[in-house]
Amino acid sequence: MTESAVLPNPAPAIDPETKPYWDATLEGKLIIRHCNACGENHWYPRTLCPFCGSVDTEWLETAGKGTIYTFAITRKGLGHYGGVGPYVLAFVALDEGPTMLTNIIECDVDALRIGDRVEVVFHKTEAEAALPRFRPVAQ
Amino acid sequence: MSIRGAAFIAGAYEHPKRVIPDKSLGQVHAEVAAGALADAGLSFSDVDAYFCAGDAPGLGGISMADYMGLKLRYTDSTETGGSSYIAHIGHAAAAIKAGKASIALITLAGLPRQMSSNLVMEGSEAPEDPFEAPFGPTVHGLYALAARRHMYEFGTTSEQLAEIKVAASIHAQYNPNAMLPKPVTVEEVVNSPMVSDPLHRLDCCVVTDGGGALIVVSPEVARDLNRSVVKVLGHGEAPKHTNGGKVDVTFTGARWSGPAAFEEAGVSPKDIDYASIYDSFTITVLETIEDLGFCEKGKGGEFVLDGALQAPFGKLPFNTDGGGLANNHPANRGGMTKVLEAVRQLRDEAHPAVQVPNAQIALAHGTGGSLPTRMGAATVILGREDA
Ligand SMILES: [Zn+2]
Repeated sequence: MTESAVLPNPAPAIDPETKPYWDATLEGKLIIRHCNACGENHWYPRTLCPFCGSVDTEWLETAGKGTIYTFAITRKGLGHYGGVGPYVLAFVALDEGPTMLTNIIECDVDALRIGDRVEVVFHKTEAEAALPRFRPVAQ
Repeated sequence: MSIRGAAFIAGAYEHPKRVIPDKSLGQVHAEVAAGALADAGLSFSDVDAYFCAGDAPGLGGISMADYMGLKLRYTDSTETGGSSYIAHIGHAAAAIKAGKASIALITLAGLPRQMSSNLVMEGSEAPEDPFEAPFGPTVHGLYALAARRHMYEFGTTSEQLAEIKVAASIHAQYNPNAMLPKPVTVEEVVNSPMVSDPLHRLDCCVVTDGGGALIVVSPEVARDLNRSVVKVLGHGEAPKHTNGGKVDVTFTGARWSGPAAFEEAGVSPKDIDYASIYDSFTITVLETIEDLGFCEKGKGGEFVLDGALQAPFGKLPFNTDGGGLANNHPANRGGMTKVLEAVRQLRDEAHPAVQVPNAQIALAHGTGGSLPTRMGAATVILGREDA
């Protein structure tokens, strides 16, 4: 058993296009972008739909649940993560479709598997934003 | 319209040093440029086109043109990370074919060993940055994402990945300039410390100072030079990105750049006598071999067994200079050195122990950026002068 490290919470850059996303994180909501023209959900959130080019897109609240698509256990981080480890970098496929880069936390890194179910938790940063990370769903 | 035969590589030079504490970045660019020009029998005043990427200091190619005193009618500073210099060959050939240039210089240089770590992926103004950088994505962590998924889908093992490092290290022992000149075993690779599980330290390339340069010229110029030249047969490039969140980390942009290059060259994977495959990490090589069509998707792990990558007699002799995995990865960008060794092979100038006998057609492939998120891919196919 190797417990994942406690992580730093680097502040993301917030711009007018993505401010509603970060505001939602402060309320514990993970929202993504939905296209009314083609019906696709995309990640990371942007006004333009990358699948059809329409700007007829809107925010969609997710259930905050997903599946681990792949992950890496970094032994020692760099930059903001300098000296931190082990920690899990992962792609999580949301139940609503898109796959996002994140961390898996509060886990035994040795027991983690691709396909594991995970749920979002938010970690407040110094900015008006919280980081969406995921933890294993209790079986 | 095709660039097949429109241009020739007439000069090639690799900086012999791997640690350079006593020079400026501009100086190293200029040194490798001078080396490649001397190799071609040309001088700075002959150059009319300059190609560089993000490692060149200053404004596009103009700062280095100023430093070197170049009088140019064409510049291109296409930046696709480590794949840039392979893309530049295609761009130079197209410019030459269009009559916009006749003698093109391409340079790469970097001094990453003289700086604090630049492997941190944070702090850019890119639109994806707020959604990725806060989660601690190191370069090795990102490539480990690809490795684990490839293992999951196709049963690829750490031992199979290790075979790639082993082959590179066996080649490196013949390169007096190699950063890691000692052959390693599969056991040594898989027992080296984990950096980002499932990638071990020895799954990673070296970090080196240095650089390299190429001279790409028109057929008319090539004819007048007293030097064996290498023919540019075809080129392809393709960025790959996260596709709006439909992420698939089990393939690279080589899936698109490879077929484009093969088609232009009029050859297929079975015609390739020697391949320089971008090797930032062992998994980069494995996925690229599959994507270029040397084996089926998912079969890369089996393909690399039994010395398949070892020169001179493996199925696909690769990276005979030791590659980025054991020789040189200057500026954290391996595309230039990939071309340099392909040129050596086609000129019969590789070390005799690793020279592929009668190598007629070679491939060089570059990967830039981060395979599982946003990467550049560029493939060039080269032949002997009369190919
Ligand atoms: Zn759409």
